[in-house]
Amino acid sequence: METTSESIHSETIGMERKEIKESIIEIVSDSGEGAQKCGQSLGIISAKMGNGVWTVEIIPSEIRPPARSREGASGIRVRMGTDKITNMGGHADMVVALNEQVLYGRIKQQAYKPGTYLLIENKWATHTEETKEAYEQSIKEFTELGYNIIEIPMEKECLKHVSDARKGKNMWVLGLLSNIYDRDLKLAEEQIKAIFSKKGEEIIQNNLDLLHAGYEYAKDNLPMHFSIPTKKRQGDYVVMNGNEALSLGVMSAGIEVCSMYPITPATSATHAMAAALENAGGIIHQAEDEIAAIGFAVGASFGGKTAVTITSGPGIALKTEFIGLAVMAEIPLVIIDVQRGGPSTGLPTKVEQGDLLAVLYGAAGDAPKIVLAPSTIEECFHYIILARKIAETFRSPVFVLTDANLATGVQPFPRPKVNPEWFPGPLDQSKWKEGLRAYDWDPNTGISKRPIPGQKGGMYTLTGLAHDEESHVAYQPDVNQRGAESRSRKLAALGNTLKPPEIHGDEKGDLLLVGWGSTRGAIEEAVDMARKNGAKVSSIHLRFLSPMEPGIKEIFKNFKKVMTVEINYSDTVGQPLITEDNRRYAQLAWYLRAQTLIDVDCYSNVYGQPMSPIRILERIEQELGQTLMD
Amino acid sequence: MISIKPDFCDLSFANDELLGIEDYESSKARWCSGCGAHTILHNVQQLCRDEQLPPEKTVFVSGIGCSSRFPHYMKTYGFHGLHGRALPVAGGIKFRRPDLNVFVITGDGDCCSIGAGHWVHAIRYNMKMVVLLFDNSIYGLTKKQTSPTSPLGIHTNTHPRGSVLPPIHPIQSTLGFSNVSFVAQTVDWKPAHLYATLKKAYDHPGLAFVRIVQRCPIWMKDSYEPVVKDPNAITLLQHENGIVIDSKATQKFHNLKEHDPSDLIKARELVETTKDTTPIGLFYQNKEATRYDEYGAHNMGISAEDKTEAINTLMDKYAI
Ligand code: SF4
Repeated sequence: METTSESIHSETIGMERKEIKESIIEIVSDSGEGAQKCGQSLGIISAKMGNGVWTVEIIPSEIRPPARSREGASGIRVRMGTDKITNMGGHADMVVALNEQVLYGRIKQQAYKPGTYLLIENKWATHTEETKEAYEQSIKEFTELGYNIIEIPMEKECLKHVSDARKGKNMWVLGLLSNIYDRDLKLAEEQIKAIFSKKGEEIIQNNLDLLHAGYEYAKDNLPMHFSIPTKKRQGDYVVMNGNEALSLGVMSAGIEVCSMYPITPATSATHAMAAALENAGGIIHQAEDEIAAIGFAVGASFGGKTAVTITSGPGIALKTEFIGLAVMAEIPLVIIDVQRGGPSTGLPTKVEQGDLLAVLYGAAGDAPKIVLAPSTIEECFHYIILARKIAETFRSPVFVLTDANLATGVQPFPRPKVNPEWFPGPLDQSKWKEGLRAYDWDPNTGISKRPIPGQKGGMYTLTGLAHDEESHVAYQPDVNQRGAESRSRKLAALGNTLKPPEIHGDEKGDLLLVGWGSTRGAIEEAVDMARKNGAKVSSIHLRFLSPMEPGIKEIFKNFKKVMTVEINYSDTVGQPLITEDNRRYAQLAWYLRAQTLIDVDCYSNVYGQPMSPIRILERIEQELGQTLMD
Repeated sequence: MISIKPDFCDLSFANDELLGIEDYESSKARWCSGCGAHTILHNVQQLCRDEQLPPEKTVFVSGIGCSSRFPHYMKTYGFHGLHGRALPVAGGIKFRRPDLNVFVITGDGDCCSIGAGHWVHAIRYNMKMVVLLFDNSIYGLTKKQTSPTSPLGIHTNTHPRGSVLPPIHPIQSTLGFSNVSFVAQTVDWKPAHLYATLKKAYDHPGLAFVRIVQRCPIWMKDSYEPVVKDPNAITLLQHENGIVIDSKATQKFHNLKEHDPSDLIKARELVETTKDTTPIGLFYQNKEATRYDEYGAHNMGISAEDKTEAINTLMDKYAI
């Protein structure tokens, strides 16, 4: 084994396993080398063993960056621990790099700290003169940065078992990591069999050989071995990413039409269910464009069927006109927006929470909408069922806002027990009650009954024009006012059924962090760290963005300062031309200021990265002027 | 003893009264007097009566424009939605409701301009519905702007020097789309032919696309008046499988042309060779074209147990 002399950690080979509470592992490579498959497998094996897990994909900025380049880091981060894991965490502890160049981008993003183990493929040391030089230079730089470098002849080892190492390294690395972290080999074998089940016996055997070879290599050659104790779980669990959870949610909500147009990062949710949804009595319609996709769902809903359309930010922009129609004509519809970086086509594969104001306000005229934001993978499942129910009860479009972080993050959660009560009842084809009109808005709730084609006597012509109770186009001025009041009242009625958000921490204090969506785990972890060190900081997490949960203003009043934490853009005071008077706030902060008339500040950024607890903690330190890091 | 099932001789229909035209009439149409849309409305109502379409099982879907007010004038279910977007909505309705009779009312701006992308695909989806393109070659509701089917050189509020681009020919275009199954043309001022066309379209098993050349006496009087008055301006397409009107009505036409509607290539040629007149009749019909609504109706109405089982099977894949 070739290693640089300084890089070996104090442990010696064969030393006893060190017990640790958690570890953050990254596998980085060029695209197409299977790093993500390796990491997801590691995550699933760990979840099955009983560990808490969260995975985040590391996606290069280009679709096919040149191989072995600094822009090319593609890969995955796996955070696993004894307790429940809710976010991607801070610095990595262990990195496996299939070439050394891909590390530069991650180093720039401050993903590693001195002491991080870097396990680097060393075949580049014996390559062409130019490559060799670059390799040596990198090793020198990494050593200076204080990383623990271990060079590994991955290709050489893989070639003992397969003819093309590029296609085999990932499972060899899985074996390597399985040994380092004492993973259950039986589960790893099962995982390989599942992944390659369609590829035939020979391929399965090759990959099993690679797994074992990686495992043995680590046992015989590496100096560090860890164990992460597991906790026994009560009951059945499932492990999946957010898009898979959405897809199961769509099925469990009894939705019959899932209408979409391909867009990253939303589309994989439809792949996950395409075949199964048909067996559950639903079907995916791939429309000719985003507008047609929502139009089709609107039509299906008018026909009495439950429908969902799934998209990402640029798709929402195109769907906006139909969203306004759904509000005006009171069409029940679930709209899933798996947000990505923006504006425009932005960062297709990266995380951002930049669509909040667009979904709240983006439509012609004043169109009140219902907006929910799940904060965990588990909630991605349950919120679709909830959204379908709300949509039909309130005859309204309901948004479910998730993001790229939830879409690809993998987390275990208790297996939901599918309840047929979640499904909509049979199509109502009973005779329409005489005298009842299509828009007889209830004076208290604003809700009216929905006539469904096939119902005798219920005939009406739905219209996007202002209309009266009979759906006749409004020619009198008061009709539009009446309709607008009723549509707004529906939100108030729904709001009255909600409970105030739970406070994570004390009810009073110096600083309250407010989050929504996928940032919850990172915010709560930062708050916990800060509180451990004496900070008077708490957090709340909003799941209903419209209508908002009640009591928020009262909660805010008990804190000296309120600050949102979110992944979208805001100005920083102190930049040229920007002052406290003209700065732009992050989206939730902007919205909360308007709703509560309280001065809500924000911590936000758009690096395309999930929020890390360490960064949030740094910001808490700044706000409170206290040192809070361990 | 012979046992007879109680429903063996169900005569309850005998108590149902036949529906009359008035059963399909809603509020009074607000089109300008002399507008061709009035005739079309009346003929559609007649078709509904003759076919005894249950009003509660019939849906008229439209976009925006003069023609798109149509659903408000029918006493059926109606969907008056967004400009250019009637076709995806109609598709969404039909996809899982094969029991509904779906009609789409669209205009030349609605279908061939803002909604052109949906037009191509609706033809390709070929779901069972009747699409009526009310083509008056002008934007009427917004007061005389050039439409994609406006004849060359006409002066409009947006093209004061006269329109410069050659018009789209909706029949020619539709005949070029993939999976096309029914294309016909008629004019609003020949009611016998209009009615026969509607009937043929209604009987077609897939998407029946009918272009109705429609008069707009407000903005297009100069264009249509000569055509309406000139008996040579129209060519009647004839074939036993085409749109057949009675011999007395046929005699009123000066130009007759034999055309076999099963021949797509001939249909396309026909558009070119009859450029100087308006050919009316059935250009093309293929009853066998693939239907997307048949794909969409897959596994409809399965039981809650089957649904639960399908979800659990998928969930098992993620179980730990
Ligand atoms: S403007 Fe033309 S098309 Fe519109 S209603 Fe009047 S006559 Fe008919």
